[in-house]
Amino acid sequence: MRLSYIAKRNLVSKPLQTALSAILLAFGVGMVSLMMLAERQMTEQFERNIKDIDLVLGAKGSPLQLILANVYHIDAPTGNISLAAADKIIRNPYIESGIPLAYGDNFHGYRIVGTNESYPNHYSVELSEGRLWETAFEATIGATVAEKSGLKIGDKFFSAHGLTDGTDVHDDIAFTVVGVFDRSHSVIDQLLLTNIETIWGVHAEHEDSELSKEELYASREITAVLLKKRNPMAILTLPNLLKETNMQVALPAIEINRLNQQFGLGAAALRAIAMLIMALSFASIFISVFENMQARRYELALMRTMGGTPATLYKLLLLEGGLLSIGGVILGLVVSRVGLFVLASAIEDKFQYDLGDLGILETEIYLALGAIFVGLLAAALPAFKTLRMDISKTLSNE
Amino acid sequence: MIEVSDLSFSYDGINELNFPAFSCNKGGKLLLIGDSGSGKTTLLHLMCGLLRPLEGSITVSGQELGGMNDRKLDTFRGQELGIVFQQSHFVQSLTVEENLSLPSLLSKKPISSSELKKRTQELLDRLGVGHKSKSMPKDLSVGEQQRASIARALVHYPSVVFADEPSSALDDTSTASVIKLLEEETAKAGATLIIVTHDSRLKARYNDRVELESNTSSLNLV
Repeated sequence: MRLSYIAKRNLVSKPLQTALSAILLAFGVGMVSLMMLAERQMTEQFERNIKDIDLVLGAKGSPLQLILANVYHIDAPTGNISLAAADKIIRNPYIESGIPLAYGDNFHGYRIVGTNESYPNHYSVELSEGRLWETAFEATIGATVAEKSGLKIGDKFFSAHGLTDGTDVHDDIAFTVVGVFDRSHSVIDQLLLTNIETIWGVHAEHEDSELSKEELYASREITAVLLKKRNPMAILTLPNLLKETNMQVALPAIEINRLNQQFGLGAAALRAIAMLIMALSFASIFISVFENMQARRYELALMRTMGGTPATLYKLLLLEGGLLSIGGVILGLVVSRVGLFVLASAIEDKFQYDLGDLGILETEIYLALGAIFVGLLAAALPAFKTLRMDISKTLSNE
Repeated sequence: MIEVSDLSFSYDGINELNFPAFSCNKGGKLLLIGDSGSGKTTLLHLMCGLLRPLEGSITVSGQELGGMNDRKLDTFRGQELGIVFQQSHFVQSLTVEENLSLPSLLSKKPISSSELKKRTQELLDRLGVGHKSKSMPKDLSVGEQQRASIARALVHYPSVVFADEPSSALDDTSTASVIKLLEEETAKAGATLIIVTHDSRLKARYNDRVELESNTSSLNLV
């Protein structure tokens, strides 16, 4: 028999008291850990998708909406802009390159985006099978789309109008899947890519043959352009250039910072609540160990008469506090994973974003070590007081 | 062997309890008898090293307790002494068998686990509670608890066994049975037995006894 066994038995023999302390600690650790996980994954997703996109050109409206809609594909676009006007901006000497995006339809909630090959190239997405689209109504689909929808190469599907549901299906021309992208953990995973002409084809109001080439070009619209600047002057000059148009440019970095600040207030409040719960759980461990010590005074005195030194019994009591804390921390990390799983399902259903990475973070290791240390401290203080008792008096008073 | 000489103690630094010299040979038995307040529990705690005397010396198995530091005294008490308390207390979260392995675990007395297991079962069997070895202490009757606590006091081969009021809550038949068990088991182990009691029924059994007089601080060695 070892001391750790006695510690374990002592905890198990008071299941309610032990469970209450462990659950409180688990709840506190779980909440902090969940926030760490969610924050890390959201930040990673945001940073990954913002990659080298300096400006987004689109229709006037909320700049944040423009970014959310065109970089992250989690909001409705602000409107359409003229292809000719957008081309002018792309050719601006301060701009290095631009990726055009045109969309307005979905398949099972996943957006069908008309673009060119520079879009998947920008995110360095590889093909897992098949090829890129070449002609109209050919589509190359993201890994998540393929996995969730079951589409594979050669399959045909119809797009639906709008970005979220399938009530208004364009069932006149079917798309054909010609390729599937590798998982990149970028927004591409959630999209079906095709060429822009396809998007115009789906929504054609005139027969193309009725219009001249110039008229056709002038009538074309796209949703947005993701711009990479050549010169920082672009940020200063472009807004002025667009003053009299229906277009605007928004800076993803600034808009996301603003969004983070808004989210940050809520996150800070949640973090404070989680810390409060953790503090309560430590207080609960402290009270539980203290009360336990009082009830076990005779038992501990008895162990002293059997040769248990104060150091040995102190070790025993610390082991009890340590085991309780470790149990609470492990339970807390499990709780945070379950919480993240639930959160990820909700987010995936609503925004088609994958937050399912359940790996342990470095900061969580510090959180766990910190919680165990404070748990030990909460046990150490009452243990220290109790072990200074007068054994003779304790035995005589019983 | 146990030897006590010129012993005095004070709880408050003002009133002193003085104890004259007495001794008990190795393997012998001695009764310490006295009324409440006569200082018998104080004397027991002094002999167990739970209290430090004001003056005088206590030698147990050739070791002078006053010369030991606290840590050494804790280990010595665990390894060389067995104590049967008036109330049979146990560590409630452990089984009877596990409680019996505590003295060797806590005092680090080198007894192999197989030997300890064998001795535990033998002692419990001899004391008539072998079938309760896997039970929790709360599931034992008062009599069974007392028998198990005698086994616990003997399991680690102590050289001296102290019994504090072992018959206080028992009728005549049970008293005779418990005392007989204590005497038999300590004799088998070759240990010295010191019984501390106020129970005058035990007087007749012991030729070697120390009578503590109430309202005085002296001892009369009979």
